[in-house]
Amino acid sequence: MKNNKIFFGRTGLFVAALATTLLFAFTNHGGGIYKTNTGNISFFSHTSVEDISAINHKVKTAFDATSGKIQFSVLIKDFEFEKALMQEHFNENYMESTKFASSTFSGIIENVGSIAFSKNGEYTATVKGQLKIKGVSKEVSTKSTFTVNNGVVNGKTLFVINPEDYGIEIPKVVSNKVSREIEITVDADYKHAH
Amino acid sequence: MLKPLLLCLAIYSISFSTLGQELDLLDADEPIINYTSATFKTNRVVNGHSIETVAKREFDFKISHRFGFLSGGAYDLFGLDQATMRIGGDYGITDNVNIGIGRSTVDKTYDGFIKYKFLQQSTGAKEMPLTAVWMSHAGISTLKWTQPERENLFSSRVHYVHQLLLARKFTDGLSVQLSPTLVHKNLVSADSLSNDIFSLGVGIRKKITNRTTLNFEYFYVLPDQLEANRNNVLSLGFDIETGGHVFQLFFTNSSGPFEKAIITDTNAKWLDGDVRFGFNIARIFDF
Repeated sequence: MKNNKIFFGRTGLFVAALATTLLFAFTNHGGGIYKTNTGNISFFSHTSVEDISAINHKVKTAFDATSGKIQFSVLIKDFEFEKALMQEHFNENYMESTKFASSTFSGIIENVGSIAFSKNGEYTATVKGQLKIKGVSKEVSTKSTFTVNNGVVNGKTLFVINPEDYGIEIPKVVSNKVSREIEITVDADYKHAH
Repeated sequence: MLKPLLLCLAIYSISFSTLGQELDLLDADEPIINYTSATFKTNRVVNGHSIETVAKREFDFKISHRFGFLSGGAYDLFGLDQATMRIGGDYGITDNVNIGIGRSTVDKTYDGFIKYKFLQQSTGAKEMPLTAVWMSHAGISTLKWTQPERENLFSSRVHYVHQLLLARKFTDGLSVQLSPTLVHKNLVSADSLSNDIFSLGVGIRKKITNRTTLNFEYFYVLPDQLEANRNNVLSLGFDIETGGHVFQLFFTNSSGPFEKAIITDTNAKWLDGDVRFGFNIARIFDF
């Protein structure tokens, strides 16, 4: 009787506390995580001389529907160009992808609370955060569209960057072929992860 | 009571510290194969082939010039009064199989070759220390026979070259290539000379900027195979890449723009000042 009391007393308390702790620690905090490893990011450079575009179909991205945290990671080598030589020069000369293998974005969906992820519909939101390209981080803020369709959340956005802001040098000889305003398009279908 | 509480706190802090990391929502990176690219700026080191191939359905149009000897001095404008040249191109049947043709002023030679990249250097999920390419080349001299009165066979006009190109990009800046080479001449000028000539090429590329490189190329011919006055070929080059073009500027003692002439027909010696200025211009076209 005395032993039982001790078991349910001190040890019982310990087991309960541990269980609660584990539960809180290793389940996500309230909201669901939505993610995909096959998002799309493309970019487009337009000048009167030449249009250059490339697309990456292997973008990893996820967001937390409760906190609004949103993240992207993309391998530079996975950008596909129409011309093989452009792809080589992009990796070798402009992005130095052996040194800077990936680009990332880490930010927040500002009005995540106004998006009903359980209800089909189209919502606009501002996504704000740090975009890191070639080791240089810059604050980026962009209007995005989230479309909920039977549990799948499509996120889309378009914004413009200047490559020179990220230390990407454009040599004089190709100066009229590479735009200083590069349009970046993001398009990802997120699925509920847990 | 204290110990369990500490344990709980520890677990909390571990879980929160993971959440605090920058990309905690994303899956960990699975290992991928990183194929090494741009070991050389273009598909020639200087005179000889590099392991680079042009991509599928791309045509690399190439014009190569080698001028006269710098030792010709001001009278010959340091060799610019004379030139030998080759006009030709490389075409990508696939990313790894290339064919090429050319016509050179040296012995009025037509040449054709096939190049097959069968190993590609890579890191990551698949480790491959080097890139390997096989190159087979045939050339036909179309000079008029010097002795039309004797019986001349068409086969006497033909030579073959087989090369194994092995290269490794050690760092972003440094690439090294070894090229064991066999030149076969159907006709040689004396009985004592060998029809099969074995040599070893070495190519080194050092990047200066992202768009310029310094190149070194040397072909060592194993002794007692050639005429006594033949010399090994040493070339020093400088590559400039400007998007679709690669300009290769170089100094060399070879006059020929194809392997047989480079490796087996060079009389000039650097030490005598018999060095030529030359250039290759490569322009890529897409189809």
